[in-house]
Amino acid sequence: MKRPTKNTAAGQRTMSRRALILGGAQVGFMGLLAMRMRYMQVEEADKFRLLAEENRVNIRLIPPARGEIFDRNGKPIAVNDPAYRITLTREDAGDVDTILSRLQSLINLDDEELERVRTELKRTQPFLPVTVADQVPWSEVTKIAVNAPALPGVTPEVGLTRSYPQGSDLAHVVGYVGPVSDYDLEKIEAPDQLLFIPRFQLGKVGIEAKLEDDLRGQAGARRVEVNHVGREMRELDRREGQQGRDLQLTIDHTLQNYVQARLEGESAAAIVMDVRNGDLLAISSAPSFDPNLFVRGISVSDYRALTENKYRPLAAKAVQGIYPPGSTFKMVVALAGLEAGVIGPEDTYYCPGHLTVAGRRFHCWKRVGHGHMNLEGSLRESCDVYYYELALELGIAKITDMARRLGLGDRIDLPMSAVASGLTPTKAWKREARGEEWVIGDTVNSAIGQGFVLASPLQLAVMTARIATGNAVTPRLIKKIDGIEQPVNQGESIGLNENHLRQVRKAMYSVSNNRKGTAYSSRIIAEDLRMAGKTGTSQVRNITAKERAAGVRSNADLPWERRDHALFVDFAPYDDPQIAVAVVIEHGGGGSSAAAPVARDITLQALYGGEPPLDAYPTKDRNRIREQQKKLREYRPAAQTQSKSRA
Amino acid sequence: MSFLEYNVKTMPSGIRKVLYLNWPLILLLTAVAGFGFLMLYSVAGGSGTPWAEAQMKRFVLGLVVMFAIAMIPIWLWRNLSVVAYLGSLVLLLAVEFFGAVGMGAQRWIDLGFMRLQPSELTKITLVMILAAYYDALPLNRTSRPLWVIIPVVLILIPTYLVLRQPDLGTALLLMIGGGAVMFLAGVHWAYFVAVLTSGIAVVTAVFKSRGTDWQLLKDYQFRRIDTFLDPANDPLGAGYHITQAKIALGSGGWTGRGFMQGTQSRLNFLPEKHTDFIFTTLAEEFGFVGAFSLLGLYALIILFCISSALANRDRFASILTLGIATTFFLFFAVNMSMVMGLAPVVGVPLPLVSYGGSAMLVLMAAFGLVQSAHIHRPR
Repeated sequence: MKRPTKNTAAGQRTMSRRALILGGAQVGFMGLLAMRMRYMQVEEADKFRLLAEENRVNIRLIPPARGEIFDRNGKPIAVNDPAYRITLTREDAGDVDTILSRLQSLINLDDEELERVRTELKRTQPFLPVTVADQVPWSEVTKIAVNAPALPGVTPEVGLTRSYPQGSDLAHVVGYVGPVSDYDLEKIEAPDQLLFIPRFQLGKVGIEAKLEDDLRGQAGARRVEVNHVGREMRELDRREGQQGRDLQLTIDHTLQNYVQARLEGESAAAIVMDVRNGDLLAISSAPSFDPNLFVRGISVSDYRALTENKYRPLAAKAVQGIYPPGSTFKMVVALAGLEAGVIGPEDTYYCPGHLTVAGRRFHCWKRVGHGHMNLEGSLRESCDVYYYELALELGIAKITDMARRLGLGDRIDLPMSAVASGLTPTKAWKREARGEEWVIGDTVNSAIGQGFVLASPLQLAVMTARIATGNAVTPRLIKKIDGIEQPVNQGESIGLNENHLRQVRKAMYSVSNNRKGTAYSSRIIAEDLRMAGKTGTSQVRNITAKERAAGVRSNADLPWERRDHALFVDFAPYDDPQIAVAVVIEHGGGGSSAAAPVARDITLQALYGGEPPLDAYPTKDRNRIREQQKKLREYRPAAQTQSKSRA
Repeated sequence: MSFLEYNVKTMPSGIRKVLYLNWPLILLLTAVAGFGFLMLYSVAGGSGTPWAEAQMKRFVLGLVVMFAIAMIPIWLWRNLSVVAYLGSLVLLLAVEFFGAVGMGAQRWIDLGFMRLQPSELTKITLVMILAAYYDALPLNRTSRPLWVIIPVVLILIPTYLVLRQPDLGTALLLMIGGGAVMFLAGVHWAYFVAVLTSGIAVVTAVFKSRGTDWQLLKDYQFRRIDTFLDPANDPLGAGYHITQAKIALGSGGWTGRGFMQGTQSRLNFLPEKHTDFIFTTLAEEFGFVGAFSLLGLYALIILFCISSALANRDRFASILTLGIATTFFLFFAVNMSMVMGLAPVVGVPLPLVSYGGSAMLVLMAAFGLVQSAHIHRPR
């Protein structure tokens, strides 16, 4: 075993030198590594610790319970009901297909739904629950609970969902909630993290939307430790959120329910307002809809039925519908005349049945004319010519000014959707909006609340309340937020001469209490509850000369869309006003025949705080009223027995 | 010196050889492996399975292999160098044809009881053949071009085969390791300067060509290089690994979060936490103190090897020992640089600590050679 070796002294020297160089380089590099280590672990440790913490700790939101809504007596209007949903966790289920088919035999699940669940299960991390069925009734939850041993991985989870126990009664006022949509998120500038929770319910319309911030509350949070795929390992700590604030409305549900029933069958709106503090007791639009449908997600056919209905059930006509106020506007013109000193209460105009202005003939509703009319007579019998003459003397500016003081033409601030501002026309407005000059005929038309004048039922009620009190009554819809009484806008005096107001009120009293009054047939007999009102019939079409020549056809002959709107406003009791009422019945015909009886019934109901006795009604009407009351009692949904009184 | 000059009388023989082992080196290796057991126990969530126990068994097996190799005289190993080298080339070719695909690359052959990675084995056999070559080559020919080309070819053949797997990391290690052996053997400076300069020139040319008419690589190839060099460009892919690794390492602080308290590894944020990225767990749980200790142990292993080599008058033994030390150094230097964000992510394990059979056994076998050289040094 020969072993020649070439390790000469020279070779040894070279290698030792090079070994030292290489070794030195290696040690140098290790020094570099040590320095880098020190830099990262000592100098920058805090930064990396923070990053590790961010990695490890996840914030999970706890959705707050939404604030509930009650009527002025504490009756629940919008509440949170426990909602059950069935979830399935793949990891615990084992054989997913078997479990799903077992589930299908227990609860109502169609194949399409099942297919969705299957794909969702495949996509989701195995330890995360997938919703199999939502809004499951309690009966099905119990079935699942009983069969729990055969259903591994299936869990009924309880959450909260919005529910409106009064159904359609307050749909337009309270609105409804629905799951957050992309469109909602676009509109919000800095969306709350809560909104990104799947199926989180957000106010969409009405109070639910307008007072969203109060109702939503603050999210709580749990800090949980998660691993790299987001599985929760343990909870580190928990900060409870803040529940949404409860709201109490000024609405009296019992009254609202009655009004809603009374308007049934018409396309109509009514407002009942407390003139002493502006509390809105009823805001009714008919027909209505069930807001619960929207919470669950309305079906296409249901939604189409609502949108294609010519009575427009989705519209909150009481605040967003604007109508020519017709003769109910005459109080405005009368007060303007009195304040301007153009007329005194006993000054008269002569009504021949028509007035010719600038070559155009303006008719009074009474073709034969009213003869000599003073203020009281003109309102009582709703003489048009009186107001034509008065308006011509006053000019549009004074009329508009008075209308504004009485609350018309300005948007009233209410937490409801699409509150309309109406229109009190001025010369400048016409020039700007229409590009036309104001003509004298416009003034004449405005005198009887036609032409460009537009007002919502809410505004008409405010106008009536202001006439009844002389104060700038401002409506209030929210009585308490979180138990804290909201400010009542007592309303300063609107600065009208009390004597003038009294003249107008007296005239309104005779409308419904004088034999010649247009609403005499809808009077109230009870001495201390008598109402003062005004009828209005507003045209929605122009009567052509041809039609006039052929004889004006009665409303009943016309198609529904072309019939007149029927209006009535009143306040009561006359001696000590408490409430103001405005009723508009779309295409209902005449104010005295269609709107006044409804308004009278509502007024009595409100003053009695329940069903009024028959002797409040005129004797000859009592049989009919008895029948009507019976019918309405049957029609009205049973009042909720459960009453969470928090007021 | 000739074989006759060996003082056979003073050469330990039989069981006495055990006394002449480089015992401090064995202790150091055991200490490093101990770090590995601890970390594997920790990343398994405080459990010996699936990694720590298996790793211990392999280490014991490795020790046995090391002793066995150490007992055999070094000159026998020198004579076997060519066979070992050719054998590893055959295995590399076998991988090419019969290899299993793991992590997108063909790397190992399943032998039934273990998975053999021929590329690991090649790291050692390459050092052996080069050491044997320079041992046989007369010193005055070391720097002659013809005699320089032969070792270069010896290096490039396995490098090419490994690159085809593809395993860029190992290929680079083979080239640098082989180059280091040539450097130690005394090949003239000018060759290294020339290779380095032309390498830099080529890389510069490639990068300079970007966006010009004579662009040398396709756009997507450039993008791949970008990601390779700076994983932060691809935060969810390659960047995710390195970012999480840096977070784990940095959050260790001076003394660490404590044994089994590392959130990054326990919550699975760390990729490959039991293999290539195990150093981050160590750094997270034992902090700078722990990480520096391991680095210190590695440094001592290198220094013991160098001192053993310098004291050895046998040329083959010296070159082999230094070559193995350098290969060992390259392993942990590249691995640590990688997890600290100093180098691109290439799959190089942390020697003796990362979980893995082939690497452990091959390294222990290599240290067996070092021991053999130490025992059988001319006295």
